[in-house]
Amino acid sequence: MLLESFLATGFVLGTPILLAALGELLVERSGVLNIGVEGVMLGGAFAAALTAWASGSAAVGVGAAAVTGTVLALLFALATVRLGADQIIAGAALNLVALGATGALYRALLGATGTALVLPTLPAIDVPLLRQLPVLGQALFGQHALVYLGLCLTPLLAFGLAHTGLGLRLRALGDHPQAAASLGLPVRRDRTLALAVGGGLAGLGGAALTLAATNTFVEGITAGRGFIALAVVVFGRWSAWGVLGGALLFGLASALQFQFQAAALTIPYQLFLMLPYVLTLGVLLLPSGRASAPRALGARYERE
Amino acid sequence: MRALAPALVALVVTVVLAATVAYLGGADAGQAIRALVVGSVGSTSNVAATLLRATPLLLTGAAVMLAFRSGVFNIGAEGQFLVGALAATVAGTASGPEAGRWLLVLLAGALAGAGWAAIAAAFRIGRQVNEVITTILLNFVALYLVSYAVDGPLQEAAGQYPQSDLLAAGAMLWRPIAGSRLHVGVAIALVTAMAVGALLSRTVLGLRLRAAGSNAPAARLAGFPVLRDLTVAFALSGAIAGLAGAVEVAGVTGRLYERISPGYGYTAIAIALLGGLRSGGVIAAALFFAALAAGASAMERSAGVSSVLVLAVQGATLLAVAMLNASLLRRFARLDASAGEEG
Repeated sequence: MLLESFLATGFVLGTPILLAALGELLVERSGVLNIGVEGVMLGGAFAAALTAWASGSAAVGVGAAAVTGTVLALLFALATVRLGADQIIAGAALNLVALGATGALYRALLGATGTALVLPTLPAIDVPLLRQLPVLGQALFGQHALVYLGLCLTPLLAFGLAHTGLGLRLRALGDHPQAAASLGLPVRRDRTLALAVGGGLAGLGGAALTLAATNTFVEGITAGRGFIALAVVVFGRWSAWGVLGGALLFGLASALQFQFQAAALTIPYQLFLMLPYVLTLGVLLLPSGRASAPRALGARYERE
Repeated sequence: MRALAPALVALVVTVVLAATVAYLGGADAGQAIRALVVGSVGSTSNVAATLLRATPLLLTGAAVMLAFRSGVFNIGAEGQFLVGALAATVAGTASGPEAGRWLLVLLAGALAGAGWAAIAAAFRIGRQVNEVITTILLNFVALYLVSYAVDGPLQEAAGQYPQSDLLAAGAMLWRPIAGSRLHVGVAIALVTAMAVGALLSRTVLGLRLRAAGSNAPAARLAGFPVLRDLTVAFALSGAIAGLAGAVEVAGVTGRLYERISPGYGYTAIAIALLGGLRSGGVIAAALFFAALAAGASAMERSAGVSSVLVLAVQGATLLAVAMLNASLLRRFARLDASAGEEG
C-alpha cells in the first residue's frame, strides 16, 4: 500500500515536468532552445489558478493554461524566430516577465484575502479493472486527466519523431535549418508551430501543478520546474522515452522526500532535491553525452 | 542616441506597467509613480539603499558581461554567487585571528565561485556540453547546498532558524560613514566593473578572451591557447560572481540563509545585456534596476502596488531591447574580431 501510493504521488509530481519537457523536446528538436519554459509554465499555472478559482471549474483552468502557455511561447517566437533576437536573452526575459507579472497580478487579484488559495481539483479518473492492478494500478490507472495526457503523448511523440514525415521535417530543422530551407521547408513557420505546441504543453504542466499536485497558487510556484524540464530533455538525450524516464525520476525523488519527512528519517531532504540535478550532470559526463543533441540547437537562423 | 534607447525603453515600460497594475489594483497610478521615484532617489538614505541593492547586481552583471564577451554563456552567476556566499560564511565564522579576516572572506568567495564555474568549463571542454544547461543545473545544486548548510553544519549555535551565525566582527566589510549601512563593497563593485571593461578592451588577455569568444577557429589559427583562455573566462566570471556573494554576506546580511539571493544571478543577465556588455552601460543598468527595486518597495507601501512587478519591468525591458537590437551580440563579435575598440 505504501509503495502504491508512493508511486502514484511520484507520477502526480512528475507530470508537470513531463508535460513541459515533452513540449520543450519538440521545440529543441526544431532547433530552438527556450530557457523561458519556466516562465511559460508559471504563466500557465497562474492562468489555471485564476480561471479555475473564478469559474469553480478545473477544466476551465486547464484550457486557460494551455492558451496562456501558447500565447507566451508565441511571444518568444516573435522575438527569436521572427525578429532574430537571441534565444537565451529572450528566454531569460520571458522568465522575468512571467515571475513579475504573475506575482503582481496574484497580489492584486487573489492575494488580498491573506489566506491560502484553495482551488478546484482535477478529479481522478479510474480506469475500470486496470485500476485494481497491484503496485502500479493507482499510479498508471487512477490518475487525473493530465497524467494520462503525458503518458499517452510520450509514445506518440517517440513514434512521431522517428517514423513520420512531420517528425523527420522537424528534426531536419533542428539539425540543419539551411538545408531544410533549401528544400523549400518553411523554417520559421514550423519552428513557430513547434514553439506554440511546446508552450501549450508547458502551460498544461503549470495547470497540472496548481490544479492537481498542489491545489493552490503561490508566487513563483514553479520553483525551477521549468529548468528541471530543460534538464530532463538533456537527461533523456532528446528522446521522448528518455524524457519520460527523467521526469518520473524527478517526480519519484520529490515523492521520496515526502516519505522521508513523514518517516522522520535523518537524511537531509536537500540532498534528495539535489539528486536529480547531480544525476543529470552525471549523465552528461558520459561519453557522447551530446551526440543526440540537435546540431543547430540554439543557433540563430538566418536565411541565406 | 542609440545608447540611450534601452534606458528610454526601460523608463517607458516601467511607468506604463506600474500605472497599469496600480490601476488594476484600484490604487492611484500617479501616487504609485511618485512613490517609485521618491523611494529610489528621494533622500540620502534612499540613495544609499539603492547603492546597496546595486552592489550585488553590478558585480554579477560584470561577471556575466565578462563571460558573454568571451563567448561563454554563463547562466550560472546565481549558483556562483551562492557558493561564494557559502564559502565566505565558512571563512567568516571559523575560529581564528580576526584582524584582516574580511580579506580572507572575499578571497574565499571568489575562489569558490571560480571553482563552481570551472565545473561548467570542464563539461564544455571535456564533453562539448553547452554551459547554458550545466550552469543552470549547477545553480540548483548550489541552492540546495546552501539550504542544507544553513539547516545543518553551518546553522547558528542557537539552533533556532535555518541561518548561519553572524560573521566575526573582523570579517565584516568596513562601513566608512557612521550611521549609514553603506559599505566598502560598493566601491569594490564599481572598481571591479570598470576593471572588467579595461581588461577586455585594453589588455592582451582581454583580446585573447574576446577572440576565443567571437571566432574560436581563427583564434586557434592565430596561435592563441583557446582552451586555456576559455577556462580563464569561466573562472574569472565565476570569481566575480562569487565575490558578489561574499560582499553581500560580509557587507549587508552578516550571515548566510537560504534566500540570500532573490535571483541576482538571473537579473545580472538582463543587466549585462541592457548595459550593452560595456562596463559603463552595466553600471548604469545595475543602478537603474536597483533604483527600481528600492522604489518598488516604497510603491508597495504607499500605493499598494506589489514590488514583484519590478521583475516584470526588468523582463519586459530586456525583451524589448533584445527585439529592438537583435544584433547586439553579433555586433560585438564583429567589433571584437577587428579588435582595438573602446570598452
